[in-house]
Order: sequence, then C-alpha cells, then structure tokens
Amino acid sequence: MAKILAVDDSPSMRKLVSMTLRHGGHDVITADDGVDALEFAKNESVNIVVTDLHMPNMNGIALVRELRNLEHYKYIPILFLTTETSIEMKKEGKSVGATGWIVKPFNSEKLLETVAKVLA
Amino acid sequence: MSMDLDLDEINEIFFEESFEGLDVMETGLLNLDQGDADSEVINDIFRAAHSIKGGAGTFGFMEISEFTHVVETLLDEVRSGTRQVSKDDIQLLLKSVDYLRDTMTALQNKQDVDAEAGESLRQQISAVLGNGGQDDSTDKKNIDEAASEDSKSEAGAEDNVDKFLESQKLWTIIFEPHLNMLQSGNDPLRIFRELESLGDLEVEALTESLPVFEKLEPQNCYLSWKLYLCTEATRDEILEVFDWVMEECDLEIIEPENTTEATDEVLEEEISKETENIIANKPIQSNETQPTKNNESNNSTTEKKVTKSKAAPKPVAKESSSIRVSIEKVDALLDLVGELVITQSMLKRFGNEYDSDSLKELGDGLTQLERYTRELQENVMDIRMLPISSNFNRFPRLVHDISGKLGKKVELKLSGEHTELDKTVLEKIGDPLVHLVRNSLDHGIETPDVRVAAGKPETGVLHLNAFQEGGNIVIRVEDDGAGINTEKILAKARDKGLVGPEENLSDDRINNLIFHPGLSTNDEVSDLSGRGVGMDVVRRNIKDLGGRVEIHSERGVGSVLTIRLPLTLAILDGQLVRCGKETYIISLLSIVETVMVNADQVNDVAGGARVYHMRGNYIPVISLNNVFKHDHNASVKNKNSGLLVVVESDGAQVGILVDELLDQQQVVIKSLEDNFKQMDGLSGATILGDGTVALILDVPGFVQSFLSSEIHKTSPHKHAA
Repeated sequence: MAKILAVDDSPSMRKLVSMTLRHGGHDVITADDGVDALEFAKNESVNIVVTDLHMPNMNGIALVRELRNLEHYKYIPILFLTTETSIEMKKEGKSVGATGWIVKPFNSEKLLETVAKVLA
Repeated sequence: MSMDLDLDEINEIFFEESFEGLDVMETGLLNLDQGDADSEVINDIFRAAHSIKGGAGTFGFMEISEFTHVVETLLDEVRSGTRQVSKDDIQLLLKSVDYLRDTMTALQNKQDVDAEAGESLRQQISAVLGNGGQDDSTDKKNIDEAASEDSKSEAGAEDNVDKFLESQKLWTIIFEPHLNMLQSGNDPLRIFRELESLGDLEVEALTESLPVFEKLEPQNCYLSWKLYLCTEATRDEILEVFDWVMEECDLEIIEPENTTEATDEVLEEEISKETENIIANKPIQSNETQPTKNNESNNSTTEKKVTKSKAAPKPVAKESSSIRVSIEKVDALLDLVGELVITQSMLKRFGNEYDSDSLKELGDGLTQLERYTRELQENVMDIRMLPISSNFNRFPRLVHDISGKLGKKVELKLSGEHTELDKTVLEKIGDPLVHLVRNSLDHGIETPDVRVAAGKPETGVLHLNAFQEGGNIVIRVEDDGAGINTEKILAKARDKGLVGPEENLSDDRINNLIFHPGLSTNDEVSDLSGRGVGMDVVRRNIKDLGGRVEIHSERGVGSVLTIRLPLTLAILDGQLVRCGKETYIISLLSIVETVMVNADQVNDVAGGARVYHMRGNYIPVISLNNVFKHDHNASVKNKNSGLLVVVESDGAQVGILVDELLDQQQVVIKSLEDNFKQMDGLSGATILGDGTVALILDVPGFVQSFLSSEIHKTSPHKHAA
C-alpha cells in the first residue's frame, strides 16, 4: 500500500494507470503534466512517482529534475512509464535522477509488480 | 487484461483523445505547409503521434499502433533534421491522419477496418523512408518473436523439476554501485529481491570502501556486493534486473562453465550446502509467464479483426452522446446545489414556525431561491456549451484541399474559436458551415490570374469568425472574392415569377434570393454568379436550429454570410405579447423594432391585405388577432391602435400587430409535436409563471405561411416551414 503520484497527459493512460494502481490497493493522485505534478509535489509527499515522458508544458525529464530538487522527493522511487526504449532517452532519464522505467505497452500486472518491487 | 477494469470506458476516452491528437497533427501539418518550419510545430505533431501509438498499443489496437509507428518514423526524420519535409510528405502524412481517423472511427463503432488502405499507405511511407516496407516486416517479426517467447516461457512453466534443475547455472555477479546510486531512488535490496525471484541468491557484502564513521555520508552507497545466483535465467534476464542502475554501478556478470557439472563444481566450492538443498526443493518460479500471456491474447484478437476486414464501407462517425465537462463547471454546479439546500432548509423553517414578523425573511429566502435557481439553470446550460473551435478545426484542412484542387490561393483566417455553442447546435451547424465555405472557395474567391487582373492580391482571404452578440451566436463567413451578380439573380427570379416584373428590390433582398429553393437548383445562375447550389438546404438547417442566415455581397469586393444562432435550443429569449386574452411569444432574435401604430399609416390593399407605411417603405402587416381568430371587436379596434412588432424574415420586414407588449423573458421551449400535429408558424409552447400556456411563434414559418396564403396565392412554389 503506497501513495503514488501518477503523471500523464493522456486521460486514458491516466485513468488506466490510476485504476490499476487503485485496484492494487494503492492511493493514487493524478496530474495532467509536469507543471501540475510539481505544483502538487511542492506541498505533499508520496511514496512513488510514475510519470509519462512526453508531455506538454513540462515533460517527464524536466519533472524528475525538478522533483529531485525537492527535499521530500530526493530518494523516493520515480519511474518512467513510456514507450520510449532508446538508450539515449534512458540515459537522459537516469541523468536527471529517475529510478527506472516501465516500457509500454502497458500491462497492469507488470505495473503493479514493478511498484511492489520498488516499495522497499 | 485479466483485471476486471472497465476497459470500454477507458477505450472511449482513448478514442476521444486520439481524435483530438489527430486534429493536433492535422493542424500542425497544415501549418508546416504554410512555410512554418518551427520545431515547436514538428514536436507537437510528433508528440501527438507518439501518444496515439502508445495508447493504441496499450489498449490493444495493434493496427493503429503499428501504423502510427511508421508515421512516427517519418516524423522523426523531420524532427531530427535529417529530412527536409516536402509537400508530398505532408500530403502523405495528411492521408495517414485521415486513415487513422477512419480506422479509429471504425474500431470505435466495432466495425471492420480497411486494412488494405492502411497497408498501401504504410508501404508508401516506408518507400519514402527508403527502406521499402522493411519497417513493416520487422514489426511483424517482433510480434512473432514476442509470441514465440511467450509460448516458450509458458512451456517452461510446465517443465518438471528435473528439467529445471538441469538448466540451472551458477552466476557470479560483482555489483559495485556508485556513491550516488541511492539518490536515484534505487535500493540495492530491491535488486536483490528481484534476483531472488530468478533463482537462489547468496549475497556477500564487500565493505572495503566504507569510510571512517565521521566521513560517512548517509546518502551515499559505500557498499559493494558479490552475488551468487543459481538460476536457469539467461544473461539478458539477469542484466534486465540491473537495467535501471546500469549507469550508476560497475557490474560484472561472470558466466559459469556451460555444463551443469561445472555448475556443481562451483557450487561445492562457493556455496554452502544449505543453498543447494533449497534449490532442489524450491517450486518453479512462474511469475514471468502471466503478463506476457495477456499481451499475446490481446494481439491475436486485434489481428483477427484486422485480417477479417476487406474493403469495408467508410465508417460513419456517430454523434457522440457524451460531453467532456471541466471539473470547474461541475464544482460550480455542486456549489449551487449546496446553496439551494441551505436556502431550502431556511425556507422550511418558515413552514414550521410561521409568524407575520418573518414575512420579510421569507421574501428574502424566496429571492435567494430564485437567484440560485436561475444560476443553476445557467450553469447547466453552460455544461452543454462547447467551443466552436472543434468545428472550425476542420477548415484549415478543407480549405487546403479544395483550394489546391481548384488552383486557387486562399488564406484562411479563423477568429473567435473560443466562442461557445450548445453541443447540439454545434453538431448541426457543421454541414451548413462546410457548405458555405465550399461555396466561397468554389464560386466566391477567384483564381490568382483573375484576381491579379482585377487588381487584387493573388491570395484570396477567407475569414471565419464567431462571436457572441446579445443572446445570439454569430458566425461569419467572409471572403474577398467576386461577390454576387445581382442582375443575373434578379433576372432569374423574375423569370421564375418569384419577383414581380414591376417590383424593385434592394441588393440585399436580391442577394438573399439565393437561399430560395426555386433558385438554388439552377445551374446557370450558380455558374455565372457563384452561389446557389443547395443554399436553401443550408438555410433550412439553420432555421431548424432557430437561427437565420443572411448575405451581404458587393460585386468584385466580396461576400459576407452571417449566421445567427440562439445560444441554446432548449431556451429562448422571448418577447411576450398579448393578443386578446392570449399571450404569445416572439423570439427576440427576430425582432427588429416595435412601433406604435399610427392609423394614418395603415393602408388596406387589394385582396384584404394590409400594409404599413414606415419610413418610406411599405411592409405587410399580419394581425395576430386575425390569424388566431380572436375576439372580433378587439380585432376591429386593433386596426388603429396597438403595437406593431417589426420582424425580419428572409431579408424582408413584416409587421406583426399585437395588442400589448408584455415582459421579455427566457422561456423553456416545449415541443408540441409529441402530442399535436405540427403547425406551420409555431415552434412550440411554454408554460408561463402563472401556469398558463403560451404559444411560441416561429417567425420565419409564420411569415411565410401568412404571405403565401394572403398574397402569393398563385405562387407556384410551396414553402417548407
């Protein structure tokens, strides 16, 4: 059971992710994009962040960079949920402090499993 | 997906957002066309395509996902600057957008998709990419591979313990995290747990790098580990566990000798006997097989769908019956309901403990109730309001395509896209608008050489503008084209007997004749003067929505078509008028002015008709008393008194004679058709505050039916009111 911030600009993905995570017994807060997520994160802590990579306003990379600057987000797992599989993208994600990634196509069991994995 | 999530609902959201994504792509592509090589535009297009691809893959629409992948590859070449985007590329991409839209519409309606069209487009794109269909085949291969891997692992799960043991190997892993690994949220324990799920794990911590306590930074990772993993997993599977931390550690995975015997030797040397026992007793790990199985079944069902389809008929987009409402609007509603509840409980108090002193409070409470009810009504109406941009968005593409075909240069200007319209109105105004725009392009705007010869700029301008004016929404279609040839129209109208030989008409009235069904179908007129084909249909559609359309045109300068629509269909801004003892309602939208009747200016003309002399014009007068056969005395009296409500209908003015003007108020339209026969000239009825029923006049229909019965009895055409 964890409190999870799910960030995706696509309403369907957002819904799917939040439904899956809630189904797994987690508490889910959703955000439409990086700006939205950061706004939330400034005032509230979570256990895990799951974010899309490509988003308008503030993309996933920028979001992670910003989140890692927040004291209460420094060490929590932050995962990318993305279709991007290129090495460069992974490297860039890592360089700003992402914990790891889940590569789409989306699979509810895999998501729950991965979340369970990173929940120390 | 095996979880009992409501996928239908999410699919619906996916389709909705994908259609929006396609709109974004289309708009972007058209902007590229207009010479804007802005990287921001390409990024927008790319992002939209990427989201569609990801979503489609997620929701099992493989046809869309694979197709979009190819499109994305082309876009990526443009984005990364390795490709100069050509006009042909844009056309191809636009076609792809069309194809995706059709396919998604088909899938949404659970119809077959046109797989052949997709295949051909895909090949075209691949050809442009210079790898002739290769992309496609690798896609298919990937899927096959994935599928076969799935079956492999499934088979693996069924293996017996012996076989499992046979394939076991002992791996040695040297894992040296960098100091900062913890700071990316990666916990070595997580990695160990994961390795443990692959087989049996022995962990040995190496503490050499630990600093003295004073120098120890708790955020840093000073430990290294030597891990022994006994597993049937492959090297890649082990590497996958470290996937996330590759950049943050030094990793060495030492593969054992290839045979099981060798493994045993190492086992004896390096692992305690206990571990070995555990291996033997351990049940098979089958976690990994489940998720992939689901994927596969998803794939196969969609593939079935795709292959089944041949040249399917073009899917018809169903009018979506759902509305996306912003949270703010819903919250505002909730607030209001809250206020209503408070007011209600306040009023209830008076019912229980009434005394005359509280009369004022009661009055206040009722005022409050009225206010909240009105706001509630407005807010609910507001929910049905959508920005007209969803309608305007199709025009850049339409104008691009049509002007290209006609060899004309046209610049499309859109303004007022954020103007909000009732959803139903919005849906129904689409076709008429397209018709008007087509007409403007087809007949209004001239070819570049004609324009240059006429001293105009080569590129014509078509301006679509929407704005709110009072209680109406106004949409303007404006072009700087050739305008309407009034003489031709007039001649034709005279010819058809629509206009008397002696009658003199203003230019505006002549122009508005183009909406006349008798003229609309005449090719000769439309060819020479431009507009005409199907314009009566446009007008009828707009009239059905309670709106009106008019045209102003100047030869050689251009035309302006103005559509006026009510904000909503369910509620009408009405002028209440009294006639005898009855109350009628006239839409404020159609009223031009109201004048006191001056007896000197009323003239009876032949045939029992009556006209009113107003500022040099004679306008026909319709007496409501006569039409509805009210009290004869009142009607006689009316001849010289009462008020004349001047309404405009089809470019002509008509006076409606009433006894008295009452309130102006919003009335809720109740249809009569459910229970009564449809009456010409009435659009419905409403219930007034005192409980009486008032009929609502449908002004254009009312005027038409009156004129055709009173004046044009010999006119050959039938009105369609």
